[in-house]
Amino acid sequence: MYLAKLIIRNAFRHKLRTSLTVLGIVIAVLAFGLLQTVVGAWYVGVESSSSTRLVTRNAISLVFPLPLTYQQRIRQFEGVRLISRANWFGGVYIDKRNFFPQLAIDAEPYFQLYPEFRVPPDQAKAFLVDRKGCIVGRKLAQIYGWKIGDSIPLRGTIFPGNWEFVVRGIYSGADARTDESQFFFHWTFLNETLKRTAPRRANQVGIYLIGIANADAAAETSQRIDKMFANSLAETLTETEKAFQLGFISMTEAIVVAIRIVSFVIIVIIMAVMANTMAMSARERLREYATLKALGFGPAFVRALVFGESLLIAGLGGALGILATLPVVQAFGAVMVKLFPVFQLSARTLAMQVGAALVVGMIAAIVPSWRAARVRVADGLRAIG
Amino acid sequence: MVLIRGLTKSYRRGGQVVPVLTDINLEVAAGEFLALMGPSGSGKSTLLNLIAGIDKPTSGILMVNGLDIAALSESELADWRARNIGFIFQFYNLLPVLTAFENVELPLLLTGLSARERREHVHTALEMVGLAERMLHYPSELSGGQQQRVAIARAIITDPAILVADEPTGDLDRVSAGEVLTLIDRLNRELGKTVVMVTHDQRAAGKARRLAHLDKGVLLDEEPITRES
Repeated sequence: MYLAKLIIRNAFRHKLRTSLTVLGIVIAVLAFGLLQTVVGAWYVGVESSSSTRLVTRNAISLVFPLPLTYQQRIRQFEGVRLISRANWFGGVYIDKRNFFPQLAIDAEPYFQLYPEFRVPPDQAKAFLVDRKGCIVGRKLAQIYGWKIGDSIPLRGTIFPGNWEFVVRGIYSGADARTDESQFFFHWTFLNETLKRTAPRRANQVGIYLIGIANADAAAETSQRIDKMFANSLAETLTETEKAFQLGFISMTEAIVVAIRIVSFVIIVIIMAVMANTMAMSARERLREYATLKALGFGPAFVRALVFGESLLIAGLGGALGILATLPVVQAFGAVMVKLFPVFQLSARTLAMQVGAALVVGMIAAIVPSWRAARVRVADGLRAIG
Repeated sequence: MVLIRGLTKSYRRGGQVVPVLTDINLEVAAGEFLALMGPSGSGKSTLLNLIAGIDKPTSGILMVNGLDIAALSESELADWRARNIGFIFQFYNLLPVLTAFENVELPLLLTGLSARERREHVHTALEMVGLAERMLHYPSELSGGQQQRVAIARAIITDPAILVADEPTGDLDRVSAGEVLTLIDRLNRELGKTVVMVTHDQRAAGKARRLAHLDKGVLLDEEPITRES
C-alpha cells in the first residue's frame, strides 16, 4: 500500500514534467499504432487470403493473358473444386484519381469462391441476368453515392472505349477485414465486346482463380497445373492466393519496411525521453532514497519505487495513446478509403501498443533504479536534489 | 553501548587514498549524551555515520551493544539500523510526498505491527513532540522547527537504543533550535535514550553530558560537561 502510495504521489509530484512526458508517450503510442495499422492495411489482402484458393497467371508476367481453353483443362484436375476467371479492367470513372479495382469475372463460380463477398440473393439474380450489370462493394457505393439501378460509365484504358454498366448489386463483407471497394462485371460482356472491336484480344483471361478441396494439396496441385502447360505458348505460374498477394506487396516492400522502421524508431525516441525523465527524477530524489535506506528499507524497495513510477507514467501514456488511436484510425481510414479500403486497428497492433508502453516504462527505469538502489547512504544523504 | 577501538576510515578519490579518521578510540555508555565537535572536515559526521551503521570503517573495532556491526552485510546492517538507530538529520530528510503522520509511520512498516497499532504509536510520538494537530500536514506546510520535530518523532517511533543527530539545529532559527534541543534533551534524560550528536552549536553542545573534539580525523580530547538542570 505504502509503496503504491509513494509511487503515485512521486509520479505526479512534478505535474508539468509528468504531463509532458505522458503527452509524449501518448503521441508516440498513437503514431506507432497508426503506422502499424498502415502496414496492416497493406497486408490486408494477404491476411484475407484463403488457403484453399490458388491463382494461375502467365508465367512471364501478369500483363500477358492466358487462353480461355485452359479453364476446362484445369477444371478436370483431381482436387479442383471450382474455377473462375478474371480480367483486370483498369478503367477510369470520371477522373483518374477515382481509383478502385475493376474486375471482369465469371460470376457464378467467382462468388462461390469468395463467400466473404455477400450479395443479397435478389440482387445476385438481377446481376446474373443483366450482361451489362455490375456488383459493387458497399464502401465503393458509399463513396460515389451509387444505388441499385444507377448507370456507371467507365472509360477503358487497357480495353479502350466508353463502357457503361448498371448497378445490380451491392455486396458487403463478411467481416470488417473484407475489401468492400471492388467493382465486378461480367467477363462474357467484356469478351463479346472484344470479339467485335478487337478480335485478337478475345478469349483471353487475365488470371484463373481455383478453389481446391484440400489446402494441403496446394503445392502439389500448383505444380501439376504448371507442368501441364509447360513448354506451351502461355506457360503458367500457379501459386496460392497468399503468395499472389505477397507478390504485389513485394513491389512496394521498401516503403512498408521503411514505415515499420519509423514506427519502432518513434518508440525508441520516446524511450529516451522517458529515461531522461526518470533519470532526472531519480537524481533529484537521491537523498530521499538514501533516507529510506538509512531507515532500513532495502535496495529492492528503492528499485521498486523507480520502476513503479516509470511503469505508471508509461502505462498512463500508453492507455491514453491507445484510446486516442481508435478515433484517429477511423478518421484516417475515412479519408484514405480509396487507398486503404480496409483500415482497421487490429488486436495485434493493440497488443503491440501495450507492449511498447510497457517496454518503454521498463527500459527507462533500468539505469535510474540501479543507480538509486546502489546509492551509498552516506553519499546520498549529502546529495543536493 | 558503543565501543570503538583503533578505528580508521579512508576513501578512494581517483587514485588517491584520503584518510578521514585515524585511530579513533571512543566509548559511549548507555543513556549517555555525547556531542562531537570540530572544524569542517574533521571527520565528525563520518564518525557519526559509522556509529549509525550507514558507513563501514576501513579498519578497527566498532561494537554497538556487543555486536560488531562492521561485520554485518548490507541487508543485515539495514535491519539492524531499523531496530536500533533513530536518525535526526540537519535537513530533516522527510519525504515531501508523505504527510507528517506518514513520515513518522515509515519506520514502523518494517515491523510486524498492524495498521491500528502503527496508528497508535504514531499518535503517541507526535503528541510527544507536540505536533499531533499537524499530523495531516505535508512537510512543505510545516516550519523548519516543526519538520525537525516530525523527524524526531520518526527517529523515536521504533524505540531505538541510540539516537544519532547530525547538526539537528543547523538549519533552524534560535527559537526552533531551542525547542528541538529541549526535546532531544528530554529524550535523553526522561527516556534514557543514548544520544550521539554532531554539532557546531555551542548551545546544542551544552545540552550534552560529554563533549569530544575531532580535528583532521583525530580524536583530540573529551571532556565532561556540567549540564544545566
